[in-house]
Amino acid sequence: MTVEDEIEIMGQRLNDKIKKIFGRSLHIREVDAGSCNACEVEVNALSNPIYDIERFGIHIVASPRHADMLLVTGPVTRNMELALLKTYNATPSPKLVAAMGSCACNGGIFGDTYASGGGVDRFIPVDVYIPGCPPRPQAVIFGIMVALDKLPQKIKKIEAKP
Amino acid sequence: MNREFIAALKKEFGNNILDEITSLNETYLTVKKEANVKICDHIYHHLDIPLVSIFATDERKKDGCFKIHYVFSLDKGDAFVIIKINVDEKSPRYNSITHKIATANWYEREIQDMFGLVPVGHPDPRRLVNFEDWPDGVYPLRKDFDIKTKPPRVEGEYVYRRVEGEGVYEIPVGPVHAGVIEPGHFRFSVAGEPIINLEIRHFYTHKGVEKLFENISLDKAVFLAERVSGDNSVAHAVAFCQAVERIAGVDIPGRAKYIRVVLLELERVYNHLGDIAGIATDVAFAMGAAHANRLKEEILQLNEKITGSRLLRGMNTIGGVPRDIGDKKDEILLTLSEIQRDFRELMEYLMSIPSLMDRIETTGRIYNDTAKGLHVVGPVARASGINRDTRRDHPYAAYPETNFKVSVQKGGDVYARTLVRADEVCESIGLIEQALWSLPDGEININIGEIPDGYALGYTEAPRGETLYWVMIENNSIVRCKVRDPSFCNWLAIEYAVLDNIVPDFPIINKSLSLSYSGNDM
Ligand code: SF4
Repeated sequence: MTVEDEIEIMGQRLNDKIKKIFGRSLHIREVDAGSCNACEVEVNALSNPIYDIERFGIHIVASPRHADMLLVTGPVTRNMELALLKTYNATPSPKLVAAMGSCACNGGIFGDTYASGGGVDRFIPVDVYIPGCPPRPQAVIFGIMVALDKLPQKIKKIEAKP
Repeated sequence: MNREFIAALKKEFGNNILDEITSLNETYLTVKKEANVKICDHIYHHLDIPLVSIFATDERKKDGCFKIHYVFSLDKGDAFVIIKINVDEKSPRYNSITHKIATANWYEREIQDMFGLVPVGHPDPRRLVNFEDWPDGVYPLRKDFDIKTKPPRVEGEYVYRRVEGEGVYEIPVGPVHAGVIEPGHFRFSVAGEPIINLEIRHFYTHKGVEKLFENISLDKAVFLAERVSGDNSVAHAVAFCQAVERIAGVDIPGRAKYIRVVLLELERVYNHLGDIAGIATDVAFAMGAAHANRLKEEILQLNEKITGSRLLRGMNTIGGVPRDIGDKKDEILLTLSEIQRDFRELMEYLMSIPSLMDRIETTGRIYNDTAKGLHVVGPVARASGINRDTRRDHPYAAYPETNFKVSVQKGGDVYARTLVRADEVCESIGLIEQALWSLPDGEININIGEIPDGYALGYTEAPRGETLYWVMIENNSIVRCKVRDPSFCNWLAIEYAVLDNIVPDFPIINKSLSLSYSGNDM
């Protein structure tokens, strides 16, 4: 199967899911919390004409205030901690957080040190972990799908609150 | 060249030179601490030799002091001269050379933050790597600092330079940006549309890489080198491996050298294609961007087919390469010839679009003397008339056996940088073809075993330019690994490139410089 075939199949499933849950496109804000920049290479690849994820209802937005989901890369450096928290707080609820790449999942090769925070879930709640260094674009799409399944529950919780 | 050069230096500064050691093409001269400014100034200005790195080592345990190394690159004779001074722990101060040599600026501030050695007379001694909330007196690269320590955050304030006057206002941008790019802070002072000052503030992505190198095993360190600046993985890994191979005094098998050339050039091709796509994106020429991005993606998929990794990771090891790619030769050649054809067409097309040319010609100019003064490297330097390329000046891997042209332009603008990259894409494809056609038979790696104690430089011409590693080994483990990513040299150039340009052109200028935040911040 070619990459194009893979993307076509996954993309259609993704599209159906997004339509069902949102009735519009899913808005994602990417946050680099100290990555090595290779994860960004792959996030950017998602927008190239081969993957072109926008056609499946995924829109990468410029501000966290417009986002349904944060896609976070990097181990969360000491110097990015505050910026990540601010971005998280600026994102309206219900929100999803995907930790993309080994660094974001658990610190990866950078670990837990004076400069590296050891993973995103030490700082903000994470809904889905996308392993890989960097994850292939297909893995990112799959991760987003898994995260989407968690949203209905989150909405219910918010609605249940008086 | 090197021997004459050292002899001349000794004649000039004889009584200031305390010690001389030569190994391979590196000569280390320890000089009196007070003489650092005049000797560096002489080499840099009088002899016109570029200063390519400054770094410190903590050798208190062995020699009772810190040492500062100034690395000069003798491009014409493929040699390096390293001036060293000893700095005592009890008076951790030495004379700054920044007022004489502008490129020393960030290095000296970095050393101050990481080792606590104070450059006396530095014109801008603010914090660089450690932020204002980092406590005083804690220095991560000192040997008595444990990597796991998490110093408490303290109160502090970072003061930006201010431009004042009627109608001047500031635009702060970042660290989290609107696009999918790395984090960093830009502060523009603007009067009307034109930018009258830009101050950049980085090191948000500082991950403690150099300290980590001292805390992991040698084989794992190759993986870390690949992750210093992710899209320059191969260039970093090869530079690191070469430094260690040089310490061990081994010559890796010829086949491995040729495979390294293929990998290094594939990396250059996909990076340059991405940069050209970025420039098209930033002038809102979506169609050009789509074409260039499609070509980049094809290289990434080719990478995956031949190495298993879209970013060519895991393809270097100390002593050679772990996997052969010889059997994929036909596939690589076929894909590249198609890409070459499409790319030529694309460039012709892009250069014929008036609205694109209008945005990139004369935009973001870096004058030759600015580029030289800041020691700008790579395609950005070559677009400002600096004829330097590590592949030719300090040949490594199989480059001595290949033919390629170093593309140099004079304009110094976004257009010139685009032309240099476009030339380099074609040259790189030519290099890959040459390497694959003459791929020698034989082993692809050798087992080096224990690495003897010692130190050496390792260097490559990454897609972004000259990349330097200096590695010191004791008891088969790394005691110091200084990484000098090209972006560490090039970032300051953006403060000059944007002057008198309008704010909407900033993204294009930034893209045309293709700067790595991670490689810079480490
Ligand atoms: S997970 Fe790997 S590719 Fe992604 S930021 Fe971390 S080191 Fe880089």
